Amino acid sequence: MKYVIIGNSAGAIGCIEGIRRHDKAGHIVLISAEPYHTYSRPLISYLLLGATDEQRMKYRPDDFYQQNGVETILGVAVSKIDAAKKQLKLSDGHTVKYDKLLAATGSTPFVPPTKGLEKAANAFTFMTLDDAKALDAVLTPTSRVLVVGAGLIGLKCVEGILHKVQSVTVVDLADRVLSSILNEKGAAIMQQYLAAKGVNFIMGDCVAEFGKNTARLQNSGQKLEFDALVMAVGVRPNTQLLADAGAETDRGVLVDEHCQTSLPDVYAAGDCTQGYDMAAGEKRILALLPNAYLQGECAGANMAGAEKEFTTGLAMNSIGFWGRHIMTAGVYEGKALEETDGDNYKCLFVKDNRLVGFIIIGDVARAGIYTALIREQKPLDEVDFELIKTHPQLMAFSRRERAQMLAGAKEEEA
Amino acid sequence: MAVDYFYPEYEIVRDPNRCIACRVCERQCANKVHSYDEASGKMVCDDAKCVNCHRCVALCPTRALKIVPSGDTFKSNSNWTDNYMKEIYRQANSGGVLLSSMGNPDNFPVYWDKILINASQVTNPSIDPLREPMETRTFLGKKPTHVKRDSNGRLVPNLEPQLELALPILFGGMSYGAISYNAHECLARAAETIGTFYNTGEGGLHKDFYKYGKNTIVQVASGRFGVHKDYLNAGAAIEIKIGQGAKPGIGGHLPGLKIVGDISQTRMIPMGSDAISPAPHHDIYSIEDLHQLVYSLKEATNYEKPVIVKIAAVHNVAAIASGVARSGADIIAIDGFRGGTGAAPTRIRDNVGIPIELALAAVDQRLREEGIRGNISIICGGSIRNSADVVKAIALGADAVYIATAALLALGCHLCRSCHTGNCNWGIATQKPELVKRLNTDVGTEHLINMLTAWGHEITEMMGGMGINSIEALRGNRLMLRGIGLTDRELAILGIKHAGE
Amino acid sequence: MKRVYVQEQWCLACHLCEYACAFANSGQKDMSKALKGVKINPRIRIEERDNISFAVNCRHCEEPLCQKSCISGAISVKDGVVHIDQDKCVGCYTCVLACPYGAIMPADGGHVMQKCELCTANGGEPACVAACPNRAIVFEER
Repeated sequence: MKYVIIGNSAGAIGCIEGIRRHDKAGHIVLISAEPYHTYSRPLISYLLLGATDEQRMKYRPDDFYQQNGVETILGVAVSKIDAAKKQLKLSDGHTVKYDKLLAATGSTPFVPPTKGLEKAANAFTFMTLDDAKALDAVLTPTSRVLVVGAGLIGLKCVEGILHKVQSVTVVDLADRVLSSILNEKGAAIMQQYLAAKGVNFIMGDCVAEFGKNTARLQNSGQKLEFDALVMAVGVRPNTQLLADAGAETDRGVLVDEHCQTSLPDVYAAGDCTQGYDMAAGEKRILALLPNAYLQGECAGANMAGAEKEFTTGLAMNSIGFWGRHIMTAGVYEGKALEETDGDNYKCLFVKDNRLVGFIIIGDVARAGIYTALIREQKPLDEVDFELIKTHPQLMAFSRRERAQMLAGAKEEEA
Repeated sequence: MAVDYFYPEYEIVRDPNRCIACRVCERQCANKVHSYDEASGKMVCDDAKCVNCHRCVALCPTRALKIVPSGDTFKSNSNWTDNYMKEIYRQANSGGVLLSSMGNPDNFPVYWDKILINASQVTNPSIDPLREPMETRTFLGKKPTHVKRDSNGRLVPNLEPQLELALPILFGGMSYGAISYNAHECLARAAETIGTFYNTGEGGLHKDFYKYGKNTIVQVASGRFGVHKDYLNAGAAIEIKIGQGAKPGIGGHLPGLKIVGDISQTRMIPMGSDAISPAPHHDIYSIEDLHQLVYSLKEATNYEKPVIVKIAAVHNVAAIASGVARSGADIIAIDGFRGGTGAAPTRIRDNVGIPIELALAAVDQRLREEGIRGNISIICGGSIRNSADVVKAIALGADAVYIATAALLALGCHLCRSCHTGNCNWGIATQKPELVKRLNTDVGTEHLINMLTAWGHEITEMMGGMGINSIEALRGNRLMLRGIGLTDRELAILGIKHAGE
Repeated sequence: MKRVYVQEQWCLACHLCEYACAFANSGQKDMSKALKGVKINPRIRIEERDNISFAVNCRHCEEPLCQKSCISGAISVKDGVVHIDQDKCVGCYTCVLACPYGAIMPADGGHVMQKCELCTANGGEPACVAACPNRAIVFEER
């Protein structure tokens, strides 16, 4: 059996580990356009922050490929998938045959076409290790940095660089920060917090035109000066390769519960996919590292002939800025139960006797218990909801369930 | 009033260098001795509430605690001891009968400690119990006086019902109510594993414990609490409790406070009502009456179960035992004056009754003289503290012994003698669920089994030393005993020679 | 494999497990020296309410969501023991968001995470098990 994996991040690694759980012998080939040992992309902001380094940000140990019997082809892109012949064409002209293929092609930063962008000096996106290194190379203590996009990537970038530069200004067309994961209340709390740390925000506006070191805003007409520019508006799934091969795509590559595409023996995982989001009840893009790993692992198991389903895809984000943490999960539908306690904010979303989503800022301790309520679709009348609402805790479950969780009791005997 | 003030008997010494203020002492003390002072970040304690149960000492992770006598004393007086003075102050204040728990702690002679055991040298050599079989199996019940055969010469079984014990040790009666559900479960499970018996006391048998029936002795006492047909048939034997060593001549009293939930159900009395056992059985005023009750119980259980009659060791115990042996009872249990109790009037506990050693020797002697020793087996109890006490008791004439205080110690009891408060920090003599759960029944059962196993080893060691390989050959074998520091009268009653003779 | 199991019917909420854990992971030899005046941050935590109490620590799941969710690759599984490499951890808290038991928490300082690792680094039986006075916490195969 020959497995071929395109990509070298969480989805790919998940796939290798998924395969190896069931097939210790099969040949695995991993092909990645990036020349690096597998590393964690979300850690690039921590790299700039100084919380990690290139060695420590490796997603798996140095001997990972060797230990797992993986042949790597790094620094080479895949240019074509021929699903009929079950082979790949590489950018260096080689072809690689496969029995089972995983495409974990990831996503690419979306850079909105803006007048004059090509003239802007020191313009970067913030996705890969190379992006981070390039950005870092131009920053000086007198740099004025303009970040376009107040989402997860933009603000993590801000956290990573603020201490290195003179000023950081964030512009976003949305009316609030982190609009993809926070409601208005939460966003207001975080914007205030980040502003107090020294970040300048211009919300509800966008850049109409760039000059070499200037940006003119669309709505206010204000002209901003910058020494470095980070474009962090969002990402787009890399679907082209699979779409060209004939796989069904929507916004992302459509995968089923086995993480298989519409093509036989072709699987996909990670940012490039659009899989089932259990909280939303439909297929969505969940460009999140845990999701990528779990999809890859599921795909790997199925590629190796095991039967495994991944049906608990869920938006979940844990993001922190200078020690203040935000956790969100699920969808923000149904009844919102809000609670503010000093610096802490919490909003639980309850629908049809189920917890479907939450936003927590500050006291995030044990929030995984909430995530599990969503993931398990636990009927809330089976737990002491009044209790668990105050703090995530196992006390809110029945004695029987706790015996299963903590005392190893089997379901039937508990 | 100032006269009510007692300086605390014990003082809690806390090593400030060791204490990490983890507050385990505070959480584990049901008497609320310890508390945490937020202002200073230090633990403080109220010695006056301390009963010296050692729970905090045992659980302190840094060994920062010890409990010592406070040392406060009234002007020294051998007659009016501090204790007698305090008791008067207490009674002057309350007007009530003083209550105490566990056995008589006073300085009466402990004859066990004045008896020494023999060992073989050269002739009749000693036996190594690790290499040779040793028999500690014991059967309790009437022994036939003659062998019966039919016309073909075949044996006609005429054996009355017997209790078979792997070791000559049983757990004495302690009621569910006096001790906790968990303590009962430990006793039952340990008895089952070891192959002996535990005793319900007069509290009835919890429905959960019917499954241990073949290792259970069910008690019928003067209050008849919890007694019904199924109960009688649930056990392996029935014990009629006439008296208890700790409080001869009076009945038991379990305060209504403890008659809660399952206890009320098990005793078959309303919640919250005091369980007062009358001093006598109101249907027993003579040996003939006792005979009637014995046979009523046998009738109720199809003559399949031995009946035990338990009496307290009192002055004319030998004559009483003779009567019991003629009442139809299969086994007599004699309880000495140091036997424990969940609660007894202090005066009675400390002044009524006689030592079990003397009572046992007198009873065995009397029954032998009357030729009725085989009519009845003897269990003795009332402070059997170790395996040597067991060996001595058997050599003095007992078939087996009851242990109860020792069993409680194995479960964690530290003899603070505060059972009557219901706040047992070790989860034994309490019915408060948060305290009861402190006795993990797996652990407790294991401890009881360990203790009995150890005693079993020691008993066979001592038997082997005497050149005896069967407990049968030790029974009443007073030649194996010698007294030390005893008067001729004491030696005569014990039926043993002095050491050196 | 042997795991720590918590039998809540025997838990007394004495909190000794927490202190034993804090001591075992302090790297010190004397408990008083290690914990005196210290606000402990143990990896096993008691939940208690109305006479019910139980300790919660890492369950060492066969399918550990924390490990699968860890964005830095700091969490690994070795011989069934889920381990956090604090050197690699960046303190993103994703594991906290993923753990269904609430058994992962920040280490002192909050920059990296910690969890029960069955005292594998402390030699021998888990300290909480040894310290439990009522065998509510056991270390065994189930």
